[in-house]
Amino acid sequence: MTSTPGIATLRAGLESALDEGARSWLDQALSEAAAPQGEAAQGALPVWELRFAQAGRRCGTRHADDARLLLLHAARADAAALTRLYEQGTAAERRAVLHALAHLVPGPEAVGLVQDALRTNDTSLVAAAVGPYGAEHLDAHDWRHAVLKCLFTGVSVDAVAALADRARGDAELARMLGDYARERTAAGRPVPGDLHRVLTLTQCATEPPADTEPAGTASAGPASAEVPAGTVPAQDPAEPASAAASPQEN
Amino acid sequence: MRIFDPHIHMTSRTTDDYEAMYAAGVRAVVEPAFWLGQPRTSPSSFYDYFDSLLGWEPFRAAQYGIAHHCTIALNPKEANDPRCTPVLDQLPRYLMKDNVVAVGEIGYDSMTPAEDAALSAQLQMAADAELPALVHTPHRDKLAGLHRTIDVVRESALPLDRVLLDHLNETTVKDAKEAGCWLGFSVYPDTKMDEDRMVAILKEYGAEKVLVNSAADWGRSDPLKTRKVGDAMLAAGFTDDEVDQVLWRNPVAFYGLSGRLDLDVADTDATHEGNSILRGGE
Repeated sequence: MTSTPGIATLRAGLESALDEGARSWLDQALSEAAAPQGEAAQGALPVWELRFAQAGRRCGTRHADDARLLLLHAARADAAALTRLYEQGTAAERRAVLHALAHLVPGPEAVGLVQDALRTNDTSLVAAAVGPYGAEHLDAHDWRHAVLKCLFTGVSVDAVAALADRARGDAELARMLGDYARERTAAGRPVPGDLHRVLTLTQCATEPPADTEPAGTASAGPASAEVPAGTVPAQDPAEPASAAASPQEN
Repeated sequence: MRIFDPHIHMTSRTTDDYEAMYAAGVRAVVEPAFWLGQPRTSPSSFYDYFDSLLGWEPFRAAQYGIAHHCTIALNPKEANDPRCTPVLDQLPRYLMKDNVVAVGEIGYDSMTPAEDAALSAQLQMAADAELPALVHTPHRDKLAGLHRTIDVVRESALPLDRVLLDHLNETTVKDAKEAGCWLGFSVYPDTKMDEDRMVAILKEYGAEKVLVNSAADWGRSDPLKTRKVGDAMLAAGFTDDEVDQVLWRNPVAFYGLSGRLDLDVADTDATHEGNSILRGGE
């Protein structure tokens, strides 16, 4: 769980970036969110949830994620509230909930939201799903598939929290990366540069695995033993950006 | 030529269409919630559809450099099915969403009492949510349907100048214009309007408050009809500025009444807290 000082820094940064109108809207909305709940009229949404929906047009698309995260924090939204907001949310609202998980949910009870986001092909949701909460609570199988999904859909692995720690010595991940690289090469397609970057991380010196491997999964030896150097094709330096329509995994 | 298609059902179209639309100059679309061809039988399938209009479809459009907004409503055809009318209870929650720029498509299909009730209720919701409304005029008994639509809007809390009456043609444009509404024309390969008739209407009635759309969907339709109207306007002697007014500035002005139109697709969601999520591994 990320500590409260992170939230304070976020708020200060956001307030300095907003114009006066948006800043005062945000201050008001945060006060409403922090106020004791329960006074909403029957059948009506709590006011702060309306503010959560409006944050994009009030603070601007660029700042919507941060504004929504601050609102969720101010309202002390628990896993049940976050799940409801996610299920009823636009893509932007879902993304904000995913970012908030590490701040607001100490245990694994919201991991289903992360798994849901990883089933989408919306790269903004996939990127948010592999943040700190996913890094902490996804099991080894789901986490490896999340990394592979990033490579598939073109999400930079910069978005993957704790990448080096979780990848270190992960022979199974190395095998999956190697297979994917061979598949791309057989098809005459470039291998994503990020694949080599993650593969290198799997081959870093191992530390005692802090990872919780599901029972029965082959445990890691040095990954390089599974994927000998040279079996993975080199990155094509002329790799196209493939900006359009990359998420073709259906 | 920059183009805003103010009525197109992209859920039913392919990525090839998005590519071709971008190449033709389309930079923004509004996708009204409507009938999907196959009738729905439960509210839940509406919610999944609305969520798609607020999630997956804008993402798909952004891949091709096109800003995507939507309008949300229970359409008149399905308002006649009592299994679907509970959707009305959930609409206020959807109408708060950032990407929703109007209530729509509402209006008449067969002019039944159930359609009366749904239209009145949703005009009130538009007023409450400070949204304009996209009101479809019926395909059958069109002129009578237009008059009844205008009467219902007059009795509602929503001013006529916050209403876009769509699928207009030669028989309905005059009354719609005199009522003070925004004027929508759908240009289709077979039915509704065609490019040359559209140009004739623009010559007679002018470009003020006129919006042209393809209304492309799962039926025989053409997502490039907006561009073809622009080309026909130029060929008929309209200026670039007049084309821009009809194909860009008018739809921006109408949906801008929502206060929620964000046409800056390039900046959308590009980074968060320094984490690039640009596609292609940049």
